[in-house]
Amino acid sequence: MSAPKKILSTPIRDEDLAELNVGDVVYLTGQLVTCRDVAHRRLIELGRDLPVNLEGGAIFHAGPIVRQKDDGSYEMVSIGPTTSMRMEKFEREFIARTGVKLVVGKGGMGAETAAGCLENKAVHAIFPGGCAVLAATQVEEIEDAQWKDLGMPETLWVNRVREFGPLIISIDTKGRNLIDENKARFQEKKKPILERINREVRFIK
Amino acid sequence: MQEIADRDEAVRRLTDVMWKFTAYIGKRLPSDVTAKLADLRSKETHPLAVAVYQSMADNQEAADRLDRPSCQDTGVIQYFINAGARFPLLGELESILENATLEATRQGPLRHNAVETFDEKNTGTNTGSKIPWLDWEIDPKGDSATIDVYMAGGGCTLPGAAKVLMPGEGYEGVAEFVFDVITSRGVNACPPMLVGVGVSTSAETAARLSKKAILRPVDSRHPNANAARMEELLEEGLNEVGLGPQGLTGNASVMGVNIESSARHPSTIGVAVSTGCWAHRRGRIRINADLSYEILSHQGVAL
Repeated sequence: MSAPKKILSTPIRDEDLAELNVGDVVYLTGQLVTCRDVAHRRLIELGRDLPVNLEGGAIFHAGPIVRQKDDGSYEMVSIGPTTSMRMEKFEREFIARTGVKLVVGKGGMGAETAAGCLENKAVHAIFPGGCAVLAATQVEEIEDAQWKDLGMPETLWVNRVREFGPLIISIDTKGRNLIDENKARFQEKKKPILERINREVRFIK
Repeated sequence: MQEIADRDEAVRRLTDVMWKFTAYIGKRLPSDVTAKLADLRSKETHPLAVAVYQSMADNQEAADRLDRPSCQDTGVIQYFINAGARFPLLGELESILENATLEATRQGPLRHNAVETFDEKNTGTNTGSKIPWLDWEIDPKGDSATIDVYMAGGGCTLPGAAKVLMPGEGYEGVAEFVFDVITSRGVNACPPMLVGVGVSTSAETAARLSKKAILRPVDSRHPNANAARMEELLEEGLNEVGLGPQGLTGNASVMGVNIESSARHPSTIGVAVSTGCWAHRRGRIRINADLSYEILSHQGVAL
C-alpha cells in the first residue's frame, strides 16, 4: 500500500471518525481494551460498572493467550479477534453507556450495533481473524488487567498498542454496514449458481 | 505382536512425541493448507482481500519466528485415531493422548478451552469429560497407529450443522444445505474455509463424516466419480459467490470442498457440514509398532 497509513489515536473524537467509510483501512495507536461476552453481560444485564473508563476508547472482541512473567507483569502472546456477532445483543446499549468509539472484532455485526454507531458516532472494524501473533506484536505493553475472576479469555486486558491493524471499517458513523451488504449480495448470487449445480447432481433417477 | 521391553518408558516416549506434535500444529499450518493459501493469494485481485492475505502471511511468519500459537483460539483438542489391532500401546493410547493435551497446554501454551458443561467451569487444563475428544477406527490387521490431531476453534466450529433430508429433496437438497450454511454462517468462520460435507444416513453419521472430510488433504477427491464431481461443483459454485477472506468479498470463498459418504437408508439422506477456517490446524502422524514415527501433514518438522 503506497498511501500513508490512516492512524486513529485514543481518546478518539467524533470528528476523527466522521470522514471514515465502510471498507476504509485504519490503524490504532493508544489504548485497546479486550471486552467480550461476560463483560458485556455484566454491564448491560447485571448493571455492574465497568472497571475501565472507555470514554473515547477502543475495545477488542478478543480472548488472548497471556503469559505472566516472573516479575508478575504480563506478556501478550497471541491475541486475535473473536466473532463480534455474539455481542450484538448488548453492543448498542454498551456504546451508549460507555462512550466507546471504536469496536474491533471479527465478522460483521447487526442492525442494532449499526444503529448504536449512528446514534453515538462510533464505528465497528474488522481485524483479520486468525492473525493473532501479528496483533500481539503490535501490543507494546499490557498496562492493566481487570475482572481477572473471569479467566484468561474474558479478563479485561488493557493494552497499549502501536499502529494496531489493519482495521477494516465494517460499520461507519452513517449507519452503513459492510458485511450486511455483502451477505445480501452473497444470497442473491447463490440462486442462479445453485440452479446450475442442481441440474448436474440429479443422481437419484 | 512387537514386544515392548519397558512399557513405562514407551508410554513416556510416545506421550512426549504427542504433546510436542499437538503444540506444534498450533504454530504452523499443514503443507497442503500453506500451498493452497499461497495459490489463492496469488490469484486474488480485490484490494481489501489482498491486504488480508498479506496479514495472514505476516502472521504465519511471526508465529514461526516467535514460536507461538498462530491463532489465539487453539480450540478443543480432538484426536482421530486409526489404530491397528496389534499396535503395542493400544490400551494405553487414551491416557497418553490425555496427558499429551495436558502437557501441550502447559508448554504450548494453549488457551484454556474446556468448559465443563452444566457446571459451567473452565477446567483450565483443556481436559474434561470426554475431552480431548477421541474418535476411533480399528484396522484389524495393522500394527501401527495413524493419528489426526485437530484444534477445533470456536469460530470454525460455529457453522457446523446437520439435517436429515427426504429422498425427494435429492442431492439438490444437499447442495442447497451446503450453500445455506456457508453463505449465512461461513462469513464468521474465517474464510477461505475448507468445507467438509457428510452424505450419509442420519444426522450423527453425516456429522462425523463431515468432520473426517476436513481431515483429508485440501485438493484430494472422493473416489466415487459422482461425489468427486459434486465436490468440484460445490467448490466452483461457492467460490463464485466470492466471500473472500473474512467475508470482505474476493475471488474465493473456500480452499476446497471434501465429501465423505456412507450408504444410506432408502428413506433418508443425512447431510452435515463442518468447516475448517483458513488457519486449519490439523496434523497427521503415523506411529509405527517400534514407536518410531513419521509426520505426514507437515514437511521438514523436527519435534
